[in-house]
Amino acid sequence: MAERNVKNATINNYDNPTTVMKHKKYWQSYGELKGSDAHQERVQDEFGEDLVSAPRRDFLKYLGFSTAAAAVAASCEMPIKKSIPYLNKPDSITPGVANYYATTYVMDGEAVPVVAKVRDGRPIKVEGNDLSSITMGGTSARVQASVLGLYDTARLRFPLAGGKEVSTFDAFDKMVGEAMAGIGGKSVVLLTETITSVTTKNVIAGFLSKYPGSRHVQYDAVSYASILNANAISFGKRAIPSYHFDKASTIVSLGADFLGTWLSPIEFSRQYAAGRRIDQNNPQMSKHIQFESKLSLTGANADDRYVIRPTELGAVALNLYAALGGNVTAPALSDERLKKGIQQAAQSLKASGASSLVVGARANAEVQLVVNAINQLLGAYGTTINWGTTINSAQGDDAAMVQLVQDMNDGKVGAVLIHGVNPAYDYFDAKKFESGLAKVAVSVSFNDKEDETSVLCKFQIPDHHFLESWGDAEPKSGYLSFLQPTIAPLFQTRPFQTSLMKWSGDATANYGDYFKQYWLKYFGSQAAWDKALQDGVVETPAAVSGGTYSAAGLTETVAKINSNKPGTGKDIVLYTKIAIGSGKEANNPWLQEMPDPITKATWDNYAVISFATAKELGITVDDNYEVEVAKPVVKITVSGKEIKLPVLVIPGMHKDTIAIALGYGRSEKAGKAAAGVGQNMFPLVSFDGTLFHYAAQNATIEKTNESFKLAYTQTHNQYEGRDEVVREFSLSDFKAHPTKLKDDRHKLVEDYAKNTGDYRAEGTLYPNYPYPGAKWGMSIDLNTCTGCGACTVACTAENNVAVVGKSEVLRAHEMHWLRIDRYFATFRDDSGNDNLDDLNVVFMPMLCQHCDNAPCENVCPVNATNHSSEGLNQMTYNRCIGTRYCANNCPYKVRRFNWADYMGADSFPDNQRGKLDDSVMMMNDDLTRMVLNPDVTVRSRGVIEKCSFCVQRLQEGKLKAKKENRPLETGANGKWDIKTACQQACPTNAIVFGNVNDENSPVSKIRNEEQTNRVFYSLEQLHVLPGVSYLAKIRNTDRHVGVQEESH
Amino acid sequence: MNHIRKAFFSLFFPFFLLFSFSLGSNVNAQDGKALFNQKCASCHAIDKNLVGPALKGVEERWDDKSMLYDWVRNSAAVIKKGYPRAVAVYNEYNKVQMTAFPELKNEDIDAILGYINTGGAKAAAAATDVPAGGSPESKAAEDDSNLLYGILTIILAVIAMILLQVNSNLSKMSEEAEGNAVAEPVPFYRNKAYIAIFAILLFLGGGYMTFQGAQNLGRSKNYQPEQPIYYSHTVHAGINQINCLYCHGGAQESKHANIPSVNVCMNCHMGINEYAKGPQLYREDGSKVDGTAEIQKLYKYAGWDPAKKLYTGKGQAIEWVRIHNLPDHVYFNHAQHVTAGKQQCQTCHGEIQKMGEVYQYSDLSMGWCINCHRESKVQFTDNKFYSIYEQFHEDMKNKKLDSVTVEKIGGTECQKCHY
Repeated sequence: MAERNVKNATINNYDNPTTVMKHKKYWQSYGELKGSDAHQERVQDEFGEDLVSAPRRDFLKYLGFSTAAAAVAASCEMPIKKSIPYLNKPDSITPGVANYYATTYVMDGEAVPVVAKVRDGRPIKVEGNDLSSITMGGTSARVQASVLGLYDTARLRFPLAGGKEVSTFDAFDKMVGEAMAGIGGKSVVLLTETITSVTTKNVIAGFLSKYPGSRHVQYDAVSYASILNANAISFGKRAIPSYHFDKASTIVSLGADFLGTWLSPIEFSRQYAAGRRIDQNNPQMSKHIQFESKLSLTGANADDRYVIRPTELGAVALNLYAALGGNVTAPALSDERLKKGIQQAAQSLKASGASSLVVGARANAEVQLVVNAINQLLGAYGTTINWGTTINSAQGDDAAMVQLVQDMNDGKVGAVLIHGVNPAYDYFDAKKFESGLAKVAVSVSFNDKEDETSVLCKFQIPDHHFLESWGDAEPKSGYLSFLQPTIAPLFQTRPFQTSLMKWSGDATANYGDYFKQYWLKYFGSQAAWDKALQDGVVETPAAVSGGTYSAAGLTETVAKINSNKPGTGKDIVLYTKIAIGSGKEANNPWLQEMPDPITKATWDNYAVISFATAKELGITVDDNYEVEVAKPVVKITVSGKEIKLPVLVIPGMHKDTIAIALGYGRSEKAGKAAAGVGQNMFPLVSFDGTLFHYAAQNATIEKTNESFKLAYTQTHNQYEGRDEVVREFSLSDFKAHPTKLKDDRHKLVEDYAKNTGDYRAEGTLYPNYPYPGAKWGMSIDLNTCTGCGACTVACTAENNVAVVGKSEVLRAHEMHWLRIDRYFATFRDDSGNDNLDDLNVVFMPMLCQHCDNAPCENVCPVNATNHSSEGLNQMTYNRCIGTRYCANNCPYKVRRFNWADYMGADSFPDNQRGKLDDSVMMMNDDLTRMVLNPDVTVRSRGVIEKCSFCVQRLQEGKLKAKKENRPLETGANGKWDIKTACQQACPTNAIVFGNVNDENSPVSKIRNEEQTNRVFYSLEQLHVLPGVSYLAKIRNTDRHVGVQEESH
Repeated sequence: MNHIRKAFFSLFFPFFLLFSFSLGSNVNAQDGKALFNQKCASCHAIDKNLVGPALKGVEERWDDKSMLYDWVRNSAAVIKKGYPRAVAVYNEYNKVQMTAFPELKNEDIDAILGYINTGGAKAAAAATDVPAGGSPESKAAEDDSNLLYGILTIILAVIAMILLQVNSNLSKMSEEAEGNAVAEPVPFYRNKAYIAIFAILLFLGGGYMTFQGAQNLGRSKNYQPEQPIYYSHTVHAGINQINCLYCHGGAQESKHANIPSVNVCMNCHMGINEYAKGPQLYREDGSKVDGTAEIQKLYKYAGWDPAKKLYTGKGQAIEWVRIHNLPDHVYFNHAQHVTAGKQQCQTCHGEIQKMGEVYQYSDLSMGWCINCHRESKVQFTDNKFYSIYEQFHEDMKNKKLDSVTVEKIGGTECQKCHY
């Protein structure tokens, strides 16, 4: 451990910089780290609720009243229900049986091939399309949540002209036609998000050709123009090549959050996981080094992570280039740990040679130019980076957008047609855009809501939701993905392509027909086209190419980076959250309530600051910090703008960096879930003449006396100090002692099963029950789990999990059946100080463990939770009387109690209005309720609920096998009758579910053959016999990892 | 001997011959009937016009019988040839092409014609007389005996009380006769023992009734609402023996059995436009049902113009009243029971083929479900799905187990129906 230098680090360690590391501790909150009294109290008071104690007389009164009320209610006549069959039943529909249609999720230029599950005419779930080689069936939280967007109550339901409803499209077309005729010779501009659809581009070209001098501007709220522009210089092509993280043995990321929010995170997560999957007989994995300013999802997964000041990114890149042998002068860095890190990264990259991959943040073109030079030096082009296939999902041109706004203000633009973008909200100088828009004679918005931009437009004609649309997308060149409608349009909406075609002079045009004819011609036969549409994807990749690199611009870049002076104040980094992104889907309560993987906060944005900054500000991050939900509010002043935000103190932040999420602070009309949530940070974006910068320098920060309640979840479910919940090793330790974990587990047998050696049977007083048929089990690989949260949202969608709203999350009432626990791991030295700089982050999906010896089952007074002969810990809602003893006795804290009627089961409508947030009421709107899964009971107030292992899918899969008179397939030979929602959603296949009684099922193989040295059960010593096994996390690092004594 | 045999032959041979002939022609007519029902009946009747013309006397109308054969096998070709009768029929019936039956041979067509000429009338008369509508009579009988037992119990209790009273009076009189001082007797309504017994009985009886009443609150056994159309399962599933799954096909593959869509009704009722041959139908209240009028209601819903034999396009779905309702927290799957479990519809729905308007036969309570799951055997050896239950298969082989019930494989666990 000679090269371990962390103990001498002078950067933001916790208290005393010169102490010696001793213990590693896993913790979820500062309170837990310090073992504070307030934290202990919080842990003891599990539900955080006062006990209701009623005097006997009151109790009798309530009892009498409720009995009388129940009697009155019950003596009402039973309602007459109608069964209304089809008049003409379509061939393909059997009520009660779901149909699946391949389509494509399209948002902000991103296109993800998906399969929509349609039950009785309603799309209720979106899954990844297994046939796509890009995603291999993986999804993200946003893809999973997209189905809810279809039933968004804030969608614009009919076209508007001047704010008034227009009854027919013909009348609307006439009005637009007349208006367009009056613009004279001024130009017509089509302003859209990045468009990857071939047919749409054709339609746009056709439209533009009708209006001389018109143009198409693509604008991305969160732009990749820096990378595009740099590539234009290095490769003569303004494009982004495709990356292959699976082929890289060393990955160095300079601030790129490629697992969370960078370009194509689903694809990259899948590729990344391929390099992290461990063969225990020959343990090998990729090495991932991250340099970044704020703790990102990608940084949390890195083997080694170094914090840098945002303005240092170029310098770090140059230093790395120089260390690799690049002939440049790099600015000197002061931080010793960082310097060492760069040397290590260089060594590792050199060793990997061409199978290295360096990626850079979308910060500025200089960094990308140096990154290109590094990749060229390493020979990565042609192996881990492929110029034969380009990523099309980001084509926005920042300068063109700024030019457009200028032209609008100068009165040069006669008409602007806006699709899929919202500059009045997300343009850095929204005021200027608005004033420009006011000067444009004809403004048309195709956006699906009356958002900030649309309300300013004279004409609004909403486009279909993607689940209602025909269309195509080409997320990567040669990789086609098709959209087909899964439901008839819910509202009076029209594809914007149809509008463009009609306004180009073809009154009978229809995009759907054009689209079908185009592709029919392309594929040559109806059969081929039908197959393409059925599969959803057609892939004809071009040959792998390294592109032609030129070092153009590198000299100037080096000079520029060398002349950069780091700022004096604080640096602000504007980032996008994995769930909310740029804010287009901000009105999606599933996404708003999904805890951010790092901060675990829901429903808000906030300033993320380092521990050192907190100290400077006089914010005590101790005892009460996490226990109190009210967080101190700070005032941040940067370039003349002043903002007030609550702060969250997170380890792994650079001491002078403040990170704030974009995508919040939407207007009232964006919807009830989005309005008033957080603050809009787009005004802090700046423009340097060619590029938008999502950062700001020289900010000052000061504490105010105000406070703001932040709803975050990580302190809600505590293990009371049992940190054996999670296991972690370094790769070298694992290689040296591969059976360490196995041996540890064997000690349990020695301690508790001396006579028979059977821990399962001997370790308990209870009988050992047989599982004669299937026995369900799950395995979760902590090494490939990136913590992205797709499973959490998938579970929410599949199981009708309630949205509870911010006010209820504040009271720890969130209902997620599957949460992802985030652990920070730091060393504690002899004097009891913790070094927060040497930080490991571990994510652990936590769901009901379906214990075979479940502590919840034997404390239920009414037997509402009990065990099935298939190993399920069953929860029967209609039997539950809400004592919550089970939740109390659950060591994993996965049981959720319905404190209120979140799902609108109350027989009196709107009974909860005013008590619950508007977002919860929105979820109970008749329109929104169409998303509910009819096979899963909607729970009412007063009952406990929890993960059921998707029992509805188990039953469906079993029935399928019975109907086909064959044994059940649970993954042997790649055949699956059953996948749980979380398993299906996972982009990295970290979750494997199946029948553990079938020795050929993957879950059995993992436990008994392939990963015997990494398997562990959380809190196994409690002898609860969980049905979920985990695979220990392995980090490819020389630093110390895992709970162990260090020898000095 | 020889003599006798001869006599026997001369006596019985004609009969034998006659019998075999009649048998032979019977077979022929049966073939004709079967073929007619299979191929023709959906568009033709014998004595009235449906989608196609009435077939009675068809042979007389077609003077060239070979043309008639050709017509049946491929009517388009005959029309093309310009055979006048063919063209006339084609034009008369809205130029709807008759389905071609190339598989029918001349003999088959002769058989059909034979049936039309002879058997048709008989067949109509032969419709079995099945009482329409059916109500559970056993239930009434059970009620009667309960009442009887109740009355008997009360009478016996009264007699017992009188006897007790008599006994106490007698003993009092004998005590008085002996000159012993006797306390004034407490009247029975103030007797604490009686009051206690009465109170306990009242509590038990009242409690039982309250519990029963509460339990039955959500149940609706024997629920028989009036439907928008008097649809008789007796006529369809009983007399005409239509397979349940023809209309309720969902039962095989879906959780819902599904009420058939109107187009399924019209598959047959495009041809069958009157209720004439079956028995008179009665509603529950005893009023007569005009079957033909009910079919007319169907046409209205379907948007079918029976005169022009065309859809008007102005159809409307039928709002049937739902009879079988399960609470929302119960998951029930028809396919599981019908396809995998091979249960008959009647197990749960009662003798549906004898019901006029449908009523709820079972109480659909959880106890009722569980009882069946305890007793019913799964298709353990027939369905390969169950091959994973190795221990049970072993036990069956070793005769430790003779069959596997639903309960044995977890069929009474909560999350088989509640999730």
